[in-house]
Amino acid sequence: MINNRQRREFLKLAGFGGVVFASSLAGFPRRVLADSSAAAISPQDFHFVQMTDSHWGYEGPNNPDMQVTLPKAVEAVNNLSLDPDFIIFTGDLTHTTDDPYERRIRMKEFKQIVSKLKVKNVHFMPGEHDAGLDFGTAYREAFGDTRYAFEHKGVHFIALDNVSDPRGLGDQQLAWLETQLKTLDSAARIVVFSHRPLFDLFPQWEWATRDGGKAIDLLMPFENVTAFYGHIHQENHHMTGHIAHHSAMSLAWPLPAPGSKPKPKAVPWNPAQPYAGLGVRGVTATASPVAYDLLELPLAKGAQAS
Amino acid sequence: MISFKLKTTLSGVKIVGLTVVGIGLAMFAISQSTSVAERVIKISAERYEYSPAKVTLKKGEAVILELTSEDRLHGFHIKELGIRADVLPGQPVRVRIVPDKVGTFPFTCDLFCGSGHGDMSGMITVTN
Repeated sequence: MINNRQRREFLKLAGFGGVVFASSLAGFPRRVLADSSAAAISPQDFHFVQMTDSHWGYEGPNNPDMQVTLPKAVEAVNNLSLDPDFIIFTGDLTHTTDDPYERRIRMKEFKQIVSKLKVKNVHFMPGEHDAGLDFGTAYREAFGDTRYAFEHKGVHFIALDNVSDPRGLGDQQLAWLETQLKTLDSAARIVVFSHRPLFDLFPQWEWATRDGGKAIDLLMPFENVTAFYGHIHQENHHMTGHIAHHSAMSLAWPLPAPGSKPKPKAVPWNPAQPYAGLGVRGVTATASPVAYDLLELPLAKGAQAS
Repeated sequence: MISFKLKTTLSGVKIVGLTVVGIGLAMFAISQSTSVAERVIKISAERYEYSPAKVTLKKGEAVILELTSEDRLHGFHIKELGIRADVLPGQPVRVRIVPDKVGTFPFTCDLFCGSGHGDMSGMITVTN
């Protein structure tokens, strides 16, 4: 069981202060002060970390420090004052390559780097860069199933694969999701992970899942659903009905805001502010009230958590 | 909204269903029957380009775009027209269109196909 002090320490993540993004069912998520978020702590409360879009293997101007960025993120998570219960990587672990052999090399290297994480309860998911060219074959060899579910302290976590088939989730996976949900009470706490957004954030940039609406329809009858995703290389928060969707910062390069540029090209690397726009996310899950407090931890030196 | 369902011919070539949203926005139309006299324009997709990448059509002329893939699954998406198709190797897809407005209409691959995916595009130009 964690106490309030530890909770606040976690929320401050490695000494960063600031505000926490709180996602709850009481309407659109709100920002609250970390130090004032002293909600009652129960044994069912816990923390996890979301890391995403590390694009290991990329070489180019988007991030000239790629060799350092992922290890730096691993170190930042290892230095948290309170270890998370688990860590989840929400896709694009590696950068795409047409060479199947090179793809496997990159996955092997990625695994070696993240094996240095102190917390060993680590879950992985594919992005289209990992799994989009071979329908997830190499990914499955390295990391296992592309979709899965697990339970942790009363929360039902469901990882959906909306990348290994570029056309979307597919009817088979939607049927699988329906089966997962069938056993749950309408008040069950459900967290869904995916790489791409399940909703139409900006379809012109493929920031959407063609049949994601069908998954949302299946989830809609449940009162306590929150979704986390990656892919768009920036923090974003969106509501579909009562379901909150949160994307996290990348560990490679930031992308422009949806629709703000003609194409979703990387925000140019700024040598004066290396790692700007990159980071990891800490999530505190509370059972009463059902809520997820989010803290975005930037990798840039001197940047404030938000 | 006018919807057209998928139709597969005896030769195995798919006629892609189109959804034209709003009569006023319907710059392209599709008819229920196919004439043998209609011009067929073949467009092949291969990472990371379409060939030809530029297609010129005449306003009012019914044409069939026959889409093929030389390597893997690609998308064919003309956003302005609400037209899209999945194009698999060995499975040509036919899209019949009748342009009723001049202009330029970019088409893109909207199914991730590799490192150059974001630049895989072409242009349809409609003239009088």
